[in-house]
Amino acid sequence: MIKDLARSIREYKKVSIITPILISLEVVIECIIPFITATLVNKIKDGCDLKTIINYGIVLIVMAFLSLMFGAIAGSTAATASCGFAKNLRKDMFYSIQNYSFENIDKFMTSSLITRMTTDVTNVQHAYMMLIRIAVRAPLMLVFAFVMAFVMGGRMAWIFLVVVPILATGLIIIIYKALPLFRKVFKKYDALNSSIQENIKGMRVVKSFVREDYEEKKFEAAAEDVCADFTRAERILAFNGPLMQFCMYVVMIFVLSFGSYTIITSRGLDFDIGQFSAILTYNFMILSSLMMLSMVFVMITMASESAKRIVEVINEKSTLTNPENPIYTVSDGSISFENVSFKYSEKAERMALANINLQIKSGETIGIIGGTGSSKTSLVQLIPRLYDATEGVVKVGGVDVRNYDLETLRNEVAVVLQKNVLFSGTIKENLRWGNKDATDEELIEACKLACAHEFISQFPKGYDTYIEQGGTNVSGGQRQRLCIARALLKKPKVLILDDSTSAVDTKTDAKIRKALKEYMPKTTKIIIAQRTASVEDADRIIVLDGGTVNGIGTHEQLLAENTIYREIYFSQNKAGVQSEIK
Amino acid sequence: MKSNKKSKKSIIARLFKNILEFYPVMFPVAVVCILFNATISSIPAIFMQNVIAIVEDSWRDGNWNLVGGKILSFVGILVTLYVLSLLSGIAYNQLMAIITQGTLKKFRVKMFAKMQTLPIKYVDTHNHGDIMSVYTNDIDTLRQMISQSFPQLLLSGITVFTVFSIMLYFCLWLTIVVLLGVIVMFFVTKRVGGGSAKYFIRQQKALGRMEGFVEEMMNGQKVIKVFCHEEESKADFDIINEALFDDARKANRYANILAPILNNIGNVLYVFVAIAGGVLLVTNAPNVSISGLAMGISIVVPFLNMTKQFVGNINQVSQQINAVVMGLAGAQRIYELVDEEPEHDNGYVTLVNAREENGQLIECEERTGIWAWKHPHSSDGSVTYTKLTGDVRLHEVDFEYEEGKPVLHDISLYAKPGQKVAFVGATGAGKTTITNLLNRFYDIADGKIRYDGININKIKKSDLRRAIGVVLQDTNLFTGTVMDNIRYGKLDATDEECIEAAKLAGADGFIRRLPDGYQTMLTENGANLSQGQRQLISIARVAVANPPVMILDEATSSIDTRTEAIVQRGMDALMEGRTVFVIAHRLSTVKNADVIIVLDHGRIIERGNHEELIAQKGQYYQLYTGAFELE
Repeated sequence: MIKDLARSIREYKKVSIITPILISLEVVIECIIPFITATLVNKIKDGCDLKTIINYGIVLIVMAFLSLMFGAIAGSTAATASCGFAKNLRKDMFYSIQNYSFENIDKFMTSSLITRMTTDVTNVQHAYMMLIRIAVRAPLMLVFAFVMAFVMGGRMAWIFLVVVPILATGLIIIIYKALPLFRKVFKKYDALNSSIQENIKGMRVVKSFVREDYEEKKFEAAAEDVCADFTRAERILAFNGPLMQFCMYVVMIFVLSFGSYTIITSRGLDFDIGQFSAILTYNFMILSSLMMLSMVFVMITMASESAKRIVEVINEKSTLTNPENPIYTVSDGSISFENVSFKYSEKAERMALANINLQIKSGETIGIIGGTGSSKTSLVQLIPRLYDATEGVVKVGGVDVRNYDLETLRNEVAVVLQKNVLFSGTIKENLRWGNKDATDEELIEACKLACAHEFISQFPKGYDTYIEQGGTNVSGGQRQRLCIARALLKKPKVLILDDSTSAVDTKTDAKIRKALKEYMPKTTKIIIAQRTASVEDADRIIVLDGGTVNGIGTHEQLLAENTIYREIYFSQNKAGVQSEIK
Repeated sequence: MKSNKKSKKSIIARLFKNILEFYPVMFPVAVVCILFNATISSIPAIFMQNVIAIVEDSWRDGNWNLVGGKILSFVGILVTLYVLSLLSGIAYNQLMAIITQGTLKKFRVKMFAKMQTLPIKYVDTHNHGDIMSVYTNDIDTLRQMISQSFPQLLLSGITVFTVFSIMLYFCLWLTIVVLLGVIVMFFVTKRVGGGSAKYFIRQQKALGRMEGFVEEMMNGQKVIKVFCHEEESKADFDIINEALFDDARKANRYANILAPILNNIGNVLYVFVAIAGGVLLVTNAPNVSISGLAMGISIVVPFLNMTKQFVGNINQVSQQINAVVMGLAGAQRIYELVDEEPEHDNGYVTLVNAREENGQLIECEERTGIWAWKHPHSSDGSVTYTKLTGDVRLHEVDFEYEEGKPVLHDISLYAKPGQKVAFVGATGAGKTTITNLLNRFYDIADGKIRYDGININKIKKSDLRRAIGVVLQDTNLFTGTVMDNIRYGKLDATDEECIEAAKLAGADGFIRRLPDGYQTMLTENGANLSQGQRQLISIARVAVANPPVMILDEATSSIDTRTEAIVQRGMDALMEGRTVFVIAHRLSTVKNADVIIVLDHGRIIERGNHEELIAQKGQYYQLYTGAFELE
């Protein structure tokens, strides 16, 4: 996992290596400075002249300047390294996601991907900065202070061999107890946040059922749960500081009592006053660096969960890949399904599509109709190779779709998805998704075909009207028509409309179909619809039921022969027929 | 700028007031513990100094008996102080952990409770990501500030104060030198720390932008694939990512370099104090101090140590600046949400259970199946009861979402109990808006709406809404089992009632085929269900609530017509005896309504039943026949 993460450091490798080096230099100077100041204090005590003080002062100022320089540069490089690493991680995740197939996309929840790209990356960024700064600083300090304590402090330094293990054990116990709690609580915290999101989105439901109090109670219970766990974890962690203080005090007391005794009884032979203050000086350094080390450890361990989630996204391999020698041209819009079966995942028990055989001629208009769960969408998604067929072959223009270059295929086979989205940006920008070089005239033409031109021209800013995120400032029907226009701009050989006019009124719906027929005669059109009215004028209609073809034929044929079709038709038209009879 | 400072002060004051309200005992105790701990931790230095002084004086004699008692008594005092310091330290650390998490929880609950009272307009006009960010990011910044910055500032503040007093006790001249150094440090902190805070706030914003972008792209990922738009979205992403990197790097850089700069100013200050001390010693300058001690080594040496302590503490304070600035910004956004104007409700007519006796309605406690509007009259103090029947009338209603942009004009219509009213018209004609007015999600600008003859402005909103069931086009299900979601309509419904409602809605069949049936967990708004299945559950949810008036806003749009035909019987049963407002694109859903209202640009242009409207050969006729035009 570390290897996978480290690949994202790239151009920030240099600063990542320089930082610890600079930090080490800073630490060395930082450790020497108290040594010099102690000497200076001793000189002053002995009554030295001003010149000696100034000499020491100059040395100290030079060292301070060096330490400042190393420290500041290290601070800057550490910032660059960690933020740059975070940037690359986000980039790698985003790029990886862009290469996902539909199957990969289905696997991750949107909200989870967003958390991974924000919170998780921030956690790793912090941990990385810790790693290159503190994780170098703390052990170095520890070692240095330890050595100094023994060199300068003499025999009394043995006390550290008693105290340090005590502190280390204490810290380990704290970490051991707190970490699992933190892990648990973070999961609950996520759940709490998603429940808030749910509430915001469903506010209309909450209010119309007058469930404000109920929601409040539910939320309070969840918040209380998170709070209780969090408090427990934090309370364990809160023993860190007092524990360190305790160890420090133990050393102090020991040195002050036993140390004083030794100095006085041995007349400074076994232990002297200089060693005495050295121990006290390095006491704080040793223990605090040990505590820092434990904090780094906690941070990194916590971040490792985040790291795992990031690597998961980066390492997810697309289930669809371009063939080795792809074909870059699609000859025509003919489509054939040869013994095609399909299921969404290997584990799925049931086939979404079973044994489908279809021949569609170029330029034909095909309607697809069937109940919810009859796999209408699954069927058409195989044509632009959004998913690969599990068994059998799907061909477009007489060639297996798996042999085409993906981009070529998808440019020639345009799909207007059922769950369609517009992006924030002007109408023009949204339309140019279909063809980025389209002229304004081409845009207008496509919009006219999709019956979108009329309402667009009514907007004060026309085609430059800004579409809000998710297209919330246009109505459902308008959104659908814009999505159709966007697909038309591709001038595709195959056009698939997956229930794309459900929010458009019947009249406009009919107008759009008529326009498509007249202006795009060579394009194969596949229309999935709920209303029989939307497919009646198709050359052929496919009736799907439970993933199999139940019937194919014209409206009249199916009306005469196919029970399902008849049932659907009459459920929608009964009253109409009666009124006509009247 | 001044007002900004003032508002910051008021935020701090309010924050403390709130914490004090939450923890009226614990918080003061924690503060006392912190103060006690800070004071008591600065005393041992004096005793330590004393011990060292004794040892220095007497080690050449080598006579432990002479000084041993004195030393041990000092050590004894030290031990006592240390124990007290440790106890108070543990106490405040524990207390602060409890207070911090508790305060966060209480703020969360406070915000959430407030949000429930806000008008629907708030949710309609605010970006959902921004609202979320108050609950996540802003709350997080508060945690940092309360749990770490607050005690640290208090501790360091006390220490700085004590050390400063001791300095004055020893020597004024040297104190002035230290003070000059502190002033320099103050300006450096202000500049560097301020820059860091500025960029941290910018970084938060950039992070928000990134989140918004990623959310949009992830939601549209399939569209991106279909249009082979991967490269373009990568390029857009790179720009936003680079901007975030830039702000983050600057923020962190400023934050990182502050400590070494202050530390080393401290080192330089140390040198200056040493030199100044040396000069004072050499020139034999007269000392000015509280203690009145003459200038000497015994003053300069402890002074040097104090300088170090002083600088260390100032450094500690400066490290908290970022956290405080960000915490205050977070607190400000939290208060903005808490201070939002809640939905006003001047309604006083309530819905009560009633019993009929001799043609008279009598209020009662138990559920009778009969409901009545309890209408107190302030003029004569009398109370009248009106039976809840579901009679809805609109009189010349005008409405606008934004001033000057009217959406509905002069809408008058009535629905007698049990009638079915359908709204037909192009998108944007105002169909959904009318339903928004019925349950007072928005208030009308002009005209009147009456429910059972009572002006709905007089009815308590919650009771009005309880009397109107709504099924929306965008279904929202909640995390929980299918059963929980159905029960949402009536919290005390039994399992049997819920299943009955599901059967009525035609949802029972598919629910039983789910892996765990009614106990199947739904997450992410029922992501594992199809849109049609979600709609069926939301219909069952309203069925179990059993309201006399129902609004079906495109409730069956994603149910295929074949399923709809199956559901239709259930729907008919559901609508039986209820006043129903239906919005639908599918004319098959509309046809058997008692009244069909055709809307265009916020006006009623046609009304009547199906046959009448067909005969009228107007807009409805065109809409209806439009589907058959190509035959």
